[in-house]
Amino acid sequence: MTELVFWVFAGLAIVSAFLCVTRRSPVAAALWLILTLFCLAALYVVLDAQFIAALQVLVYAGAIMVLFLFVIMLLNLGRAGPSDLRGWSGRLTALGLGAVLVAELWAVRTVLPAEHVRLPAGAMARLAETQGAVGVITQSLFREYLISFEVTSMLLLAAIVGAVVLAKRKL
Amino acid sequence: MTPDLPSSVQLVWLVAALPLLGFLVNGVLSFVRPLATRTVSAVGAGVLVAAFLVAAWVVSGVVRGHAEGPYVLTFWSWMPVGDLAVDVAFQVDPLSAVMLLVVTGIGALIHVFSIGYMRADPSYARYFAYLNLFVFFMLVLILGASFPVMFVGWEGVGLCSYLLIGFWFEEKANADAGKKAFIMNRIGDAGFLVAMFLIFQATGSLTFVDVFAAAPGVFEVGGPTIELITLALFLGCAGKSAQIPLYTWLPDAMAGPTPVSALIHAATMVTAGVYLVARANVLFALAPIASLVVATVGAVTALFAATIALKQWDIKKILAYSTVSQLGYMFLGVGVGAWASGIFHLVTHAFFKALLFLGAGSVIHAVHHAYHATHRHEDAQDLRNMGGLARHMPWTATLMWVATLAIAGVPPFAGFFSKDEILARAFALGHEAWVFYPLWGAGVVAALLTAFYMTRLMLYTFHGPNRTGEEERDHLHEAPWIMTGPLVVLGVGSVVTGLLNLPHVLPGAGWLEHWLEPVTAAGMLSGPEFHLGARTEWLLLLGATAIAAAGIGGAWRFLRPETLRPAREATPEAGWQRVLARKYYVDEIYDAVLVRPLVWFSERVLWKVADTFLIDGLGVNGAARVTRFTGWLGTRLQTGRAGTYVGVFVVGALVLLRVLTR
Amino acid sequence: MLLGPALAVSAMLFSIGVGGVLLRRNAIVIFMSVELMLNAVNLTFVALAQQLGPQGQVIVFFVMAVAAAEAAVGLAIMLAIYRHRETLDIDEFSLLRG
Repeated sequence: MTELVFWVFAGLAIVSAFLCVTRRSPVAAALWLILTLFCLAALYVVLDAQFIAALQVLVYAGAIMVLFLFVIMLLNLGRAGPSDLRGWSGRLTALGLGAVLVAELWAVRTVLPAEHVRLPAGAMARLAETQGAVGVITQSLFREYLISFEVTSMLLLAAIVGAVVLAKRKL
Repeated sequence: MTPDLPSSVQLVWLVAALPLLGFLVNGVLSFVRPLATRTVSAVGAGVLVAAFLVAAWVVSGVVRGHAEGPYVLTFWSWMPVGDLAVDVAFQVDPLSAVMLLVVTGIGALIHVFSIGYMRADPSYARYFAYLNLFVFFMLVLILGASFPVMFVGWEGVGLCSYLLIGFWFEEKANADAGKKAFIMNRIGDAGFLVAMFLIFQATGSLTFVDVFAAAPGVFEVGGPTIELITLALFLGCAGKSAQIPLYTWLPDAMAGPTPVSALIHAATMVTAGVYLVARANVLFALAPIASLVVATVGAVTALFAATIALKQWDIKKILAYSTVSQLGYMFLGVGVGAWASGIFHLVTHAFFKALLFLGAGSVIHAVHHAYHATHRHEDAQDLRNMGGLARHMPWTATLMWVATLAIAGVPPFAGFFSKDEILARAFALGHEAWVFYPLWGAGVVAALLTAFYMTRLMLYTFHGPNRTGEEERDHLHEAPWIMTGPLVVLGVGSVVTGLLNLPHVLPGAGWLEHWLEPVTAAGMLSGPEFHLGARTEWLLLLGATAIAAAGIGGAWRFLRPETLRPAREATPEAGWQRVLARKYYVDEIYDAVLVRPLVWFSERVLWKVADTFLIDGLGVNGAARVTRFTGWLGTRLQTGRAGTYVGVFVVGALVLLRVLTR
Repeated sequence: MLLGPALAVSAMLFSIGVGGVLLRRNAIVIFMSVELMLNAVNLTFVALAQQLGPQGQVIVFFVMAVAAAEAAVGLAIMLAIYRHRETLDIDEFSLLRG
């Protein structure tokens, strides 16, 4: 059952990713990307990362993509203009490099973590039950990674200030 | 082993330092005060006279020392490199003592003569500077204790020869003659260098003492190595001493001032080759084939040059070919193992040839002065413009006759004894191998021709009617005493030096041979033995006298100076006479066979292809072009477009991925 | 058990993202492709976290935070560029041409 769910959402993610990349209109591309993100959230749930799935929908699909759409609309780029895909030389290059990439990734498909570092099957699910979905992350987040957490908040502050300044019409 | 140095021998460095000092002083003067003739004369000739006196003192020390081996004075370490250690050192032994006296003595006389001869020349100081420098290098050559030091002197005299031949370089012909001499010398020098390399490789040393001591043990008699070494050395001698095939520079060298011809191209520099062979007698004694080559080339050159001299009209050219011929005799001598005889002829020849050249200089000086006074521009060196000068220049004429008799080999003059001894040795060796008989024969014919052409020279110059011209005759007079004085000294020498080495059948014989024994004995031990019966020797002596007489008498009888016209009106030669007059067209042959192809090759191949195309085009410009191209390739990356950069980024990432997942 | 397939999907998404970056000229679409690539990586981390522990999820957390900051600033820059040049075609911006 889980597998079926996985494959359905995986296939949908890939198809919508492809469509996202090939649409002429930026709005269409953005919407397809949102669909891809939703599918990924589903995949996260299947992989026992419920909190992350929730964050994906909230932050990524909900905030970041909204920002994208916002800017697209602000700049009036909504309509499908002339195709901005590269010519045949660009496509050839992209195809070539893409093929190389696929080949390389295919070559390492059998590299999996060694037996002795793996957790027993279903360990993450049990963890989620005992500590709660949020607790799984926060147990380490606020202990070992506390400093990173605080630094990230400063990063976000800097980003806010930067974005505001950059987007002004007159400095 | 080197014995203890007597104090007099320790002064030998002074003999070389004095001319060097003269060069420096005169050199400076030639720039600063070129017209200070008196100072230049005093310094230039003075250092030579002083050098001669010191040399005499040094040689007296050698005589009194009765040493078994040579004295070697080391001054400083020159090239200590790995296994090779060459020092700047002088070697004083009987052989270098003889050469020392000849060089400084005759050099001093010629310097004094030059004071008179070059008086009117504007480059007076430069002349004496070069002449002093030459003597310095010649002394380094004969005093050097090792092959490299000798080679320094060897090259140095070549340089000075070039400078002095082309002394009046404003005339292109003179500069060309200087270049020709230097270049032909260089061909010989290549041989000298190759020989040095091989000697070092075989014996591990380059000093005379070491090499000659080791040679009999290292080289097998007649082996390929030693033959090659000695032939290479002889190539150097052929260049320096103007033997076939490298002799053509010497007649051209007559473009220089006459005292230069006397000193360099008669008495000293050209004899360096003979000195080298005598010095390396140990090596040549171990190489019979090479020695035979030396003797043959010497004999052939002697004959060949004598035939050319028969039909030359320039007085200096006749003497030049005569020098080539006499050098051939010297090489014939050392080629058959008669080291002392070769050196003996070197000494006697130095006297009478210098005398002949200086006398010719006086004659040319007088005739030139006469033409100058009448504002005509005839050739003052052409025999056809002379004649009957004995009436005007009695001293010069008499002294030149003394030299002529000496060179012709008339007893009791010096040339008779030295020449006869060489021929006697060659004849004696004929008993061992028949091949020496033709060499002896060539020498005899050459002697006959020598007597003939020298008498011809004297006849046309000093006797018969005068062809210089009516008005000129009043201006012809004897040379000043400063020029004639040295001639007198040389004249005495031309007579007396014969006593140095009388033949064995006469009392008081073989003094020079005995004196040179410490140097030549080693060469004699491995050389062929020869003995001549007393009767044979007397026959040879009488025969030589007869030859000389025949030559002189024949010339006197058959040549008709009255029929000569002045050079301007002379009819050109025809037939065999023209061949001789044009010196068998050897220069033309060399030009066509060697020079022109070389020039063509240099222009078409080396210049156009190797230099312009390969080195400039591919090398220098090519490197620049490659660099530019690489830079241009680099610019293709800097498109300024983010898309390109992203592409490169991805490529890099893929490469990294590949590397990390190996 | 789903590790293998999950990684394969992630690889596919990543490749598509790379293709998008190389093929498109519109800056915003390129940006979106980059977000796609980031998400593919997130999927990898989550899949491995299921096998190896919660650290993977913590990393994803931080990735998302940084991606948000980056998106904000990046879009602000694009706004500024568009206002200045009236185009978002990245081939037009070659002032750094060497």
